[in-house]
Amino acid sequence: MSEKNHVNESILSESILEDQKENRIDHMKYLPGMEQIKSDVMDQVVAAMNGYDYTKYTGKDVRRALAAEDRTPEDFAALLSPAALPYLEEMAQAAKIETRKHFGNSVSMFTPLYIANYCENYCIYCGFNCHNKIHRAQLCEKEIEEEMAAIAKSGLQEILILTGESRQRSTVQYIGEACRIARKYFRVIGVEVYPMNSDEYAYLHECGADYVTVFQETYNSDKYETLHLAGHKRIFPYRINAQERALMGGMRGVGFAALLGLDDFRKDAFATGMHAYLLQRKYPRAEIAFSCPRLRPIINNDRINPMDVHERQLLQVVCAYRLFMPFASITVSTRECPRVRDNLVRIAVTKISAGSKTGVGSHSEEIADEDKGDEQFLISDSRDVDEVYRDLQKLGLQPVMSDYIYV
Amino acid sequence: MTIRLNGKKRELEEPMTVSGLLSADGYRPELIAVEVNLAIIPKKDYGSTLLAEGDVVEIVSFMGGG
Amino acid sequence: MDQKKDTFSLGGHEFTSRFILGSGKYSLDLIRACVENAGAQIVTMALRRANEGGLANILDYIPENVTLLPNTSGARNADEAIRIAHLSREISGSSFIKIEIMRDTKYLLPDNYETVRAVDVLAKEGFVVMPYMYPDLNSARDMRDAGAACIMPLGAPIGTNKGLATKEFIKILIREIDLPVIVDAGIGRPSQACEAMEMGAAAVMANTAVATAGNIQMMAEAFKKSIEAGRLAYLSGLGRVREDRADASSPLTGFLRDDEREE
Repeated sequence: MSEKNHVNESILSESILEDQKENRIDHMKYLPGMEQIKSDVMDQVVAAMNGYDYTKYTGKDVRRALAAEDRTPEDFAALLSPAALPYLEEMAQAAKIETRKHFGNSVSMFTPLYIANYCENYCIYCGFNCHNKIHRAQLCEKEIEEEMAAIAKSGLQEILILTGESRQRSTVQYIGEACRIARKYFRVIGVEVYPMNSDEYAYLHECGADYVTVFQETYNSDKYETLHLAGHKRIFPYRINAQERALMGGMRGVGFAALLGLDDFRKDAFATGMHAYLLQRKYPRAEIAFSCPRLRPIINNDRINPMDVHERQLLQVVCAYRLFMPFASITVSTRECPRVRDNLVRIAVTKISAGSKTGVGSHSEEIADEDKGDEQFLISDSRDVDEVYRDLQKLGLQPVMSDYIYV
Repeated sequence: MTIRLNGKKRELEEPMTVSGLLSADGYRPELIAVEVNLAIIPKKDYGSTLLAEGDVVEIVSFMGGG
Repeated sequence: MDQKKDTFSLGGHEFTSRFILGSGKYSLDLIRACVENAGAQIVTMALRRANEGGLANILDYIPENVTLLPNTSGARNADEAIRIAHLSREISGSSFIKIEIMRDTKYLLPDNYETVRAVDVLAKEGFVVMPYMYPDLNSARDMRDAGAACIMPLGAPIGTNKGLATKEFIKILIREIDLPVIVDAGIGRPSQACEAMEMGAAAVMANTAVATAGNIQMMAEAFKKSIEAGRLAYLSGLGRVREDRADASSPLTGFLRDDEREE
């Protein structure tokens, strides 16, 4: 493992190394049809990240950041630095206070529904990548309805609709139809799909979607380029501006994440926070959400791991997000095991998935039996909705299915 | 002719320019602004701006204020 | 620290003094000494119907190098404020204007809505617009977007000398608005001006507190020093006292495992 250069060798294979040598298209140049908005947010985020030297912070900076009434980007930078690790307990205590101040004891529950896993991108760490030989599938409208009906029976009122990133297979209209169906069964609908133009986000919003999550994976464009070898996703600026286009399209909230373990996680987490911070300043109405995914094994590569992002580092990142933006929603997915998830919700996480399946469909019995599409990554928490609900209660927390009323 | 100057009626001989009015009343042009019928008269035009019957003239200056 | 380099900017003009002095309620012969003792580079004034010739004029008493900041006091809506701004520019020869719009004669609280309208028009005309406002975040954002050069939230109702009654809201503006935040109105004592500067205000504006002091030149100097002290404290980073102590008996990090492969 070459942690110094932040190359996660667990992702790499002979064939990927060969593919990385091929000539590839310019990842900074928009492709035809991609909307270009006037915004300097990307430049500001990248400049902030490039200027972030986490080795310069000391315990004194961390203590000041912890004691601050309102934390600045500089405080956030200190909290993400190695100097903050000895203060992890203090950070957790402070994060818990902020979380309870803003959210009380409530924790939102939701489940992801993969309606397709076709993908046109070649992201070398992802199970859905177009060169990975897996079963591909796409639910038709009838199947989507069956899945959603089955999920709604569990009592969940919030759903996250996911596809692989294939505009060809999973068109905007197709995703829109899924949102319309979801509106019949759920109160809160998020989408985690390929980045699109603002008018397309407006269309999905009209169909019922309110939240858009786009993981930037890494904010280091040079590294990004070596991980996303082909497909629309390769275009770095189009992806980084997705949240802003979603807000321009009228979405209520946007979600941010770096996939921890791809590159220098401190810089990536800092950039993620700054990205959210700058967009919230520019669009004060925007609801902000963070996810904190670490790399997981995928089908055909069970060696993939998050490199130097161990549990301590994960907790540090989560606490830093919370202390920097106390009002933001923080989600932890089933990439983490029940022990870690249960502890993170005690400290800073305010949204948790339950009954997760990362394969296509697989919530209703008929579709699950057909063995539709394969999983995006291997999950490490298989608890169903009832189990998660009861475990939250045991922790003295209050599971909330929806605190949202459509108007 | 009769004009309204700073809210009060004022009788003037004709013809009368803004400059004429200012010097008649002892105003220092550099310290004031003049508005005739809600239009500001630039200082360079004081000598060429003739006042007319019914004009509403405001002459303002600075005073202490927070 | 090199005080000379610590400037703030309004409409492209740099200022080193962070004390904006109001010129109301003084006898004219005291103003010059007061401006000098305050170290003020910006002095506000109001526009009124002129006295007929021969009487003393405030401009004769203001030092040459001072930036004149006319206000629009007396305006009850945006249109009146715009008219006053235009007239003021004729005399001051500069584009600085402080918007003050009130339609409440009892408390003299500013009308944020009309103020946003006036900022919008005057900024487009090239004025350096400095709106006096009630510290409301949404209005402040509107003023910023309309082209204001700064915002001037009130600490307390004008002339009350009650200090930073709106402290929590001014803190929010300082945090969220990337423009100079100049605390205006209500500042009664140097210690209150100092606190505003410690919070990160770009400058403080005061008038009544100085004008009504026993020795007004001395009070002008007291404000100057307190504002400089507050600024230094802000720049140096205030030491902070922690309110909440970690409870070691119930650690939150006990769950962490160093070896975390599949379980």
